[in-house]
Amino acid sequence: MSETHLGAGRRQWVVMHPNDDVAVALTPLSPGTTVSAEDGSFSVVIRQPIPFGHKFAIRAVAKGSPVRKYGQVIGGATADIQPGDHVHVHNVDSLRARGDLLAKATQEKEEAR
Amino acid sequence: MDIQGYVRADGRVGVRNHVLILPVSYEVNQIADRIVRQVPEAVTFRNQHGIDQTGADLEQTLRVYEGFATHPNVYGVVILAWGHEPYDLQRIAAKAEAAGKKVELITLEQVGGMRRAIERGVLAAQRFTAERGEAKRQPVPLSRIILGTECGGSDACSGISGNPALGVVSDLLVAEGGTSILSETTELIGAEHLLAERAVSPEVAERILFIVRRIEENAMKMGVDIRGAQPAPGNIEGGITTIEEKSLGCIHKAGSAPIQEVIEYAERPSKNGLVIMDTPGHDIEQLTGMVAGGAQIVIFTTGRGTPTGCPIAPVIKVATNSFTYQRMKDNIDFNAGTVIDGEESVDDAGRRLFQLMVEVLNGAQTKAEILGHREFGIYRIGQSL
Repeated sequence: MSETHLGAGRRQWVVMHPNDDVAVALTPLSPGTTVSAEDGSFSVVIRQPIPFGHKFAIRAVAKGSPVRKYGQVIGGATADIQPGDHVHVHNVDSLRARGDLLAKATQEKEEAR
Repeated sequence: MDIQGYVRADGRVGVRNHVLILPVSYEVNQIADRIVRQVPEAVTFRNQHGIDQTGADLEQTLRVYEGFATHPNVYGVVILAWGHEPYDLQRIAAKAEAAGKKVELITLEQVGGMRRAIERGVLAAQRFTAERGEAKRQPVPLSRIILGTECGGSDACSGISGNPALGVVSDLLVAEGGTSILSETTELIGAEHLLAERAVSPEVAERILFIVRRIEENAMKMGVDIRGAQPAPGNIEGGITTIEEKSLGCIHKAGSAPIQEVIEYAERPSKNGLVIMDTPGHDIEQLTGMVAGGAQIVIFTTGRGTPTGCPIAPVIKVATNSFTYQRMKDNIDFNAGTVIDGEESVDDAGRRLFQLMVEVLNGAQTKAEILGHREFGIYRIGQSL
């Protein structure tokens, strides 16, 4: 990472790792904007407004599949995600420290008794 | 590389020369406040703890008091107590004396009431502030420095600019033989496997996985999704979606050095190099723990513009994006948003931040010091009784 130089002048977005499903907007992006990788690895059309610092999908992710950023799993898709979609709390859930799911499972187990 | 520091009687190196008014329980906050009103060169903080605690929770609180009373950034300490605290006040005073501090222990019970306690405290604080000039800065190697690293009010830029730049600083300090502390165990959830791979031994790797499992299990006992607290609303507004994503951005501030050991909250590192301290993500409790563990300086990256500081250690604030830097200039010392703007590389920003750290170690005041930020909070691991 310490080698990272985002290049001269302000960039519109950055992909943190080659295995990532998402890019980070470094400027607000409007629907209809085309975002293409210099190396031709992807080209997507932004589908919703993407605020500064937020993520958009650079490839499709099916509901229930892991979502990757920094080359690592950052959560699971709770809906089918299309390339160019805003990726955030409305379509990605954490897979960790989910006390809510644990409490729900415990309650269901007790009710089944 | 050398910096200019205060070499204390116990051999530790300070970068500030504070007179600390240390209230060991909430009973004496008002006395501490009145003393520093009359001796504004002294520093203090408000304390909500120190009574009705027991076991490991009380031990942890005492570790913080002793860490502050013996801290190398402190020249002299006025220990203020009610007199009925459930622990040995003399032990704290003795440890501070053994560390070479000027010490005055004042208990409300013994002196008989608030007016006399204030009088005694003011006299001691005046004497220490008059005498502290005898301590002079002298050249000391950077290897004597313990850096606390912290990120608070993170945004999506934290993992791209501020934290990687702080990671460069951490690596440079470790290369000089110094020590860097990574903490905020909650914000390691989802990234612990990457840190475990960097442990110097299988035991240290297992300990990293253990502290993350422990804090995750404790969070799960609350029966809720921690989203809302981790990531917090400000993090989410800034583009961070899950705790895993936040953690993966957080760990960049620990650079790339091997992890030497895992220490408890407010414990002093026994090894130089990169270490992990087990703290919560709560900014002030984390900061207090690292400083009590001996960190003489803290570098704190922030996407949203967190304004906090510490009573006895300089805290350098780093903005992760230029919008926050421009908006919060009063509070922020350094802009790493230049990386986002494409103006400089992470490595260049990190080297510039390292230079600023050296200037602050040598005495340059941080914004948090100039603004009088003196936040203090202890990580409680037991309930109040």
